[in-house]
Amino acid sequence: MALVRFGLGRRGGEPLPADPAAWLLDQLRQPDPTRFDDPPTTAAGLSALREDRMTRPPNLESRSGESRSRALFKREATRHLANAIVTPAPFRERLVWFWTNHFTVSAKRGACAPVAAAFVEEAIRPHVTGRFGDMLLAAMRHPAMLLYLDNVGSVGPDSAAGQKNHRGLNENLARECLELHTVSPLAGYTQSDVTAFANILTGWSIDLQADPPGFRYRPFAREPGVQTLLHRPFPPGEAGGVAALAFLANHPATHRFLATKLVRHFVADDPPPDAVRVIEGVLRDTGGNLGAASAALVTLDAARAPGTKLRTPMEYVVASIRTLDVPPAQIPNLTGILAALGQPLWGAPAPNGWPDRAADWAGPEAMLQRVDWASGFASRIGGRDVEEIATNALGPLLRPETRDAIRQAGSRRDAAALLLTSPEFQRR
Amino acid sequence: MHIHTTRIGRRTALLGLAATATFGRTTLALAGAPTDRRLVVIVLRGALDGMAAVVPYGDPALAGLRGEILPAAPGQPDGMLDLGGFYGLHPALPNLHAMYRANEALIVHAVAANYRVRSHFEAQDYLESGTDHRMISGWLNRTVAALPSPATERPVGEALAVGLSVPLLLRGPADVANWAPHGFAQPAPDLYAAIAALNRHDPVTGPAIRQGLRARGYSDSVMAADAQPKDTFTFPALARFAGRMLRAGDGPRIAALELGGWDTHTAQANRLRGPLKQLDDGLAALKAALGPAWSQTAVLAMTEFGRTARMNGTKGTDHGTGTVAFLAGGAVAGGRVEANWPGLGPGQLFENRDLGPTTDLRAVAKGVLAGHLGLDAAALNRIFPGSEAVDGLRGQIRT
Repeated sequence: MALVRFGLGRRGGEPLPADPAAWLLDQLRQPDPTRFDDPPTTAAGLSALREDRMTRPPNLESRSGESRSRALFKREATRHLANAIVTPAPFRERLVWFWTNHFTVSAKRGACAPVAAAFVEEAIRPHVTGRFGDMLLAAMRHPAMLLYLDNVGSVGPDSAAGQKNHRGLNENLARECLELHTVSPLAGYTQSDVTAFANILTGWSIDLQADPPGFRYRPFAREPGVQTLLHRPFPPGEAGGVAALAFLANHPATHRFLATKLVRHFVADDPPPDAVRVIEGVLRDTGGNLGAASAALVTLDAARAPGTKLRTPMEYVVASIRTLDVPPAQIPNLTGILAALGQPLWGAPAPNGWPDRAADWAGPEAMLQRVDWASGFASRIGGRDVEEIATNALGPLLRPETRDAIRQAGSRRDAAALLLTSPEFQRR
Repeated sequence: MHIHTTRIGRRTALLGLAATATFGRTTLALAGAPTDRRLVVIVLRGALDGMAAVVPYGDPALAGLRGEILPAAPGQPDGMLDLGGFYGLHPALPNLHAMYRANEALIVHAVAANYRVRSHFEAQDYLESGTDHRMISGWLNRTVAALPSPATERPVGEALAVGLSVPLLLRGPADVANWAPHGFAQPAPDLYAAIAALNRHDPVTGPAIRQGLRARGYSDSVMAADAQPKDTFTFPALARFAGRMLRAGDGPRIAALELGGWDTHTAQANRLRGPLKQLDDGLAALKAALGPAWSQTAVLAMTEFGRTARMNGTKGTDHGTGTVAFLAGGAVAGGRVEANWPGLGPGQLFENRDLGPTTDLRAVAKGVLAGHLGLDAAALNRIFPGSEAVDGLRGQIRT
């Protein structure tokens, strides 16, 4: 149950934890076991982007072959998913996914593709059990986010750069940060708050020509003067932005919003208000400690009801591969599968990320695509005993009907398809 | 098992789509309805800049707000397509311009729905709900439900969405199945049947699998007969597909399409061309595919809100308020721009930033539903809750 709800499904016959809650909490206490040789970095991603921009004409039609940016994206996406399949800390990985989706940067915006993996490894993974404020600052300063939400060219209209070049504000990042990353519309902010926050964030940019390329604060683009955001004054300079983010990170509306999203993700599509209050209280009392909030999720009474959530395509595919215990060398091309199932990795259509309710994933054709993929993938069962694998994977969650259907199936492959498409396997 | 024996199975001469593995989120949904009138609603997701698509070049304040991103004047190379001396259509919209000149396109300008949020996500929910809060059903689904019960045996609410999910606009009490080109090999029918049986009591997966199989029964029998190249999953291809479905005597009557790419915060002049061309080509493809049924068709294209009147610091525009809505079709009394133009001068912009909203988008939609589908005021007020004070615009549909 702990492996299904909070993890990514049991991998083959891996040993079951004696104390599931302790196993989950231990993952929060121990350092992240994920280790990449040669991990993705912003510098490498932006270098690829720079090279593509220099060597490849901007006109799409005249391009040929794969850009360095795209190749890097594919390599990193494959590596990210391969790690999820073998990780001994699946709860931690789920948290990485959750927060990556909360701070969506999408490779649908081409310039973000080469830095998407670096964003996860630099801005998200180090902070999933740390302070939300640290994650927020890391995400908002990350070149992937600054590129995705157009802040790199946002210039204060009264700044030196604005006066000289007649350039001005782009409020996209400021608006989405308020709406999607922190206080949410619950806080009742106005257009003047959005404008003020956009002014505060002017100058937060990137330098593609530097060596290594990366984040760069451009003081000449910073709108001068004190800016008032949600009735608070924030000073000029880079420090004003850092202070504004610290303020937003610990705003009560942010705690409420994050608690609601966490409970929706780990407990139920309609988050039980009591559970939300518990998590909200933990965030408030700990100054936004995400490790403490995650630990509190594990101990919620509401989290004990099984199967309340439908697995998203990404959760479903990774769980299927873990269940059939496919050897790493034989793992299929997951990026293509996820795209076909409607959830390409780091490719959400909009800054609000992937939806988190069953209704958004259970369109009839979406379900059939899943069924079709699983029926084909079921051939990986080989000569193994499906009932044993089903028992390993689902334990007490396995329904008698499903066990009967597996026993009565015409082939091992059909039996495995029935396991993977059963409602209890599609849920977590 | 009866999974493949569906009533819609008879109609499959209409369909012809080949498999592709890279289909994104929903772009087309269709519904049956007891009428011969055809209604197509296109949701332009991401906030279309109405003043870029239909440029009020006659307004003296325009150049000062956004001179750098304006297309060339009418008559110049790659210039605007004139709409009678004050407005000019973006040069990427020649097909729409031809419809306008044939009195088949009506443009409503300075339009906005009754919410004033500037969040895409809330606004799209409200736009599709047809009110200023998120509902669990969309106004187009409620429209299907409000039409009189069919005298024939045609099942009410028989609908099909193409894509992996059903847009809120068409969600609701009337059932909507959906279909997308499938990229994976399909198992044998008896395994489908066993999987459907195993899921039958699940409130989420059960109905989804049932409806999905039903929809595939509808579509698959003609796939082999009329396959198209794999790269046709563009907006014009879906519009053509919608047109073919809607044309048939016993086909669906209502279609919803989506087209994104409008959120032009940067480099707007370049970035708008692609989506505008998609929209324009799509309208032409829809018209061609509908054939004679075009004369019974009304198309409404709408977006969640407009964009700032002033160009921003990165040669784009930010989230705003007033924008345009397009009506096209043989049933539309077109050939004009309908607007209570608010002006762009000092003191005339909404909140000193946006094109002022002087026409309620619900008035446009109510006018179409009344004129085209014959719905009365009581039905329209159920479809758009809280809109009692808003009368539908008259004269949008030919009588």
